[in-house]
Amino acid sequence: MRFRIISTLFVAALVFSAGYAALFIAPDESTMHEVQRIFYFHVPSWITSFTAFAVVFASNILYLTTRRLQWDCLGVAAAEVGVACCSIGLITGPLWARPVWGIWWTWDARLTTTFILWLLYISYLLLRGLLEDPQKRASLSAIFGIFAFLDVPLVYMSNRLWRTQHPQPVFFGEQGSGVDPTMSKVLLLCVISMFAVMIPVLIDRYRLEKLRHEYDELRLEVENRVTDPRFVPTGGHA
Amino acid sequence: MSTTRAAAILLAKELRLEFRSREILTATVVFSLVVITFFSYVFEPTAAESRRYGPGLLWIAFLFAGSLMLHPSFAREQNNETLDALRMAPITPFAILLGKLLSNFVFMSLTELVLVPVFAVFYNLSLAGIAGRLTLVLMLGTLGLVTTGTVFSAISAHARMRELLLPLLLLPILAPLLIAAVEATAGLFAEQPALDRTWVAFLAGFDIVFFSASWLLCNFLVEE
Repeated sequence: MRFRIISTLFVAALVFSAGYAALFIAPDESTMHEVQRIFYFHVPSWITSFTAFAVVFASNILYLTTRRLQWDCLGVAAAEVGVACCSIGLITGPLWARPVWGIWWTWDARLTTTFILWLLYISYLLLRGLLEDPQKRASLSAIFGIFAFLDVPLVYMSNRLWRTQHPQPVFFGEQGSGVDPTMSKVLLLCVISMFAVMIPVLIDRYRLEKLRHEYDELRLEVENRVTDPRFVPTGGHA
Repeated sequence: MSTTRAAAILLAKELRLEFRSREILTATVVFSLVVITFFSYVFEPTAAESRRYGPGLLWIAFLFAGSLMLHPSFAREQNNETLDALRMAPITPFAILLGKLLSNFVFMSLTELVLVPVFAVFYNLSLAGIAGRLTLVLMLGTLGLVTTGTVFSAISAHARMRELLLPLLLLPILAPLLIAAVEATAGLFAEQPALDRTWVAFLAGFDIVFFSASWLLCNFLVEE
């Protein structure tokens, strides 16, 4: 419990300092000015969500090869965290694009890929909710998760090929290689603090899922015993 | 029994089942016709406009039809509890998947065989001189659609609300296939028809990736 309080305070301090650094310490960007500061929330959310989806993919494969339900628990925990981070990215993106590009959204390769990625992992979570049997849920959703992850590079490639053959939409250049050193330090701090929030959430969600599995197993066992004719209640008053 | 022979027997069984009832094919063709008709309200179907929007429309009709048509593939086995019988047969899980996949490929190809000429007539497009190349694009696109669709039909057959679930799982995965197939078809419907090799290669790549994945994962797909 003490560890929990200390780590919570530590994460809170990290998030606060990252927010402070992004808003006040990072230098002003020459063309976009204050609006550009959303970059320090947008990019870390994308990095964490992509990491989470890679964890989903790895745990899907590990589940199918080892058949241990703990990997299934990790898969669902990472998928939920990934969808949450991806949603942050999808909300902060248009907020940044509107004043800078003049449009909320453009069907550019990266935006489209992220959006389809988001849809795919929502489908993954939806599928899990609709499969009743725990073993079936674990193996079938793992298969879908692998297909979804394999699809991501294909979505990106197809959109890239497609957009290069069409006129480019109004598109502002990305952050070039000449980023101010303070900017990259602040960005690093923001990425670390985003991970510091996401990893405990992931671990907690993982534990919750494991508890749910244990609860389901115990309940099943109790039900089997109650319906078993040999069952004799003990411990009560005769 | 070899996998190919087992798959051939299963394919024959699926075809016999379908040609006795003709439920799936009729429903799929009619559904696609409805979609194609409705698109005529969206734009003015002159030849020039059709060249612009036609390929996208055609493939959206096929993908929607496919996402509905592929549902019974495994759901029917699940309802009649015949999947257990298939599992107990001395054949590999891949043979079960392959038999289903091939029969779905046949059904989808037959639908396209009816739809494409009707589409060409309705939207003033000429198929003369491009039939061979168009068949190649259609076959590659259809293979990708039925490969992912058959696997997802096996997944969704175990779920609640499975009719709704299959399109939700399938359509986002097919986004790259849609782009590639539409672009390749658009090249053929252009005033100077040309087959875009990049997109044909992309379609083939899509098929190879997901066919291999299905082959590797099919043991987990049909297990008890």
